[in-house]
Amino acid sequence: MLKVSVWRGGASGGYRVYEVPRRESQSVLDVVTYIQRSIDPTLSYRFACRVGMCGACAMTVNGVARWTCRTHVAKVAKGNAIQIAPLANLPVVKDLVTDMRELFDKAARALGRFVPSATRKDGFARVASDSPERAVIDAGIECIGCGVCYASCDVVSWNPDYLGPAALNRAWTLVNDVRDGARRERLAAVAGDAGCHACHTHLSCSERCPKDIAPTASIAGLKRAVALAAWKGEL
Amino acid sequence: MEGRAVSDVAQDFAAQPAAAPGPGAKAEVWLWIAQRASAALLALCVLVHLATIIYAVRHGLSGAAILERTRGNAAGLVFYVVYVLAIAVHAPIGLRSLAQEWLGWRGASLNWLVAAIAAALFVFGLRAAWAVFA
Repeated sequence: MLKVSVWRGGASGGYRVYEVPRRESQSVLDVVTYIQRSIDPTLSYRFACRVGMCGACAMTVNGVARWTCRTHVAKVAKGNAIQIAPLANLPVVKDLVTDMRELFDKAARALGRFVPSATRKDGFARVASDSPERAVIDAGIECIGCGVCYASCDVVSWNPDYLGPAALNRAWTLVNDVRDGARRERLAAVAGDAGCHACHTHLSCSERCPKDIAPTASIAGLKRAVALAAWKGEL
Repeated sequence: MEGRAVSDVAQDFAAQPAAAPGPGAKAEVWLWIAQRASAALLALCVLVHLATIIYAVRHGLSGAAILERTRGNAAGLVFYVVYVLAIAVHAPIGLRSLAQEWLGWRGASLNWLVAAIAAALFVFGLRAAWAVFA
């Protein structure tokens, strides 16, 4: 049997221990699902695809933010014990469910959307797949917004206004998009105390990203680009 | 099915204002550049300073012997003025970040304190550099 401590309640709450039968090739998401279906149906948690595509099942497992569907119990259990909590740095709605609003609002604040510079009357943009800009975009584009990096970031916990790794990584892919028409606005949006310059290069985001993206490298790129823009008086 | 036409939603999306830079974002960028530039300078200055100390200790130089070498040494004065300047720029910016992140202290009062620390470092540093020169 596994001894599973699960966070119950909202911001103020506590851990409750459940006994869950140990199975072969068991994921942490299997454990949570077992608790809800067989022991306590009032447990709230979030998941969708179960196969590491959607990013909805991210939780804190033994103190580390992870996708629970892609985390084997065998890999993380300490003896027969696991502790499961909601993602850090986000308000808890109930039990293992967090309010992700801030994560997505910050992506918007970092101008994390494509701003077209051409119209439908213009021809298609030609971007060589081996161009340096495209290579930089490839390195960061696979983000699915699961919030693991955001929950792992020390700077977010110190400065709640900090845009965070996901939003800044997204901004960096757009800064390198040759079709985009808002480079200047975006660099201004990610500059300063709440933006890329607050990053301490602790690398927790890059260490924990389930997609093996390195937001730290993207943020370093933004720091350079913003500094250069400030130097040229373009900020 | 309820809901709005896709074109309406798309229009809302397109109408979103571009994100405005945060308050003082430009100043923050310049502080960042100043801290990085002064760090680069300090990397060199600290090495020279340490080498000087080790040389003086190794050769058992007395206070008088050190002063004999520094008095009227214009190159030494220029070096230490640059060193002091780099410190006065670098340290207060770092302290400001620490205060913001660890104490949650932000705003004008912090900026004034940090400016005062910068001024104090600059004045006392220059005074020391001048004392061994003149």
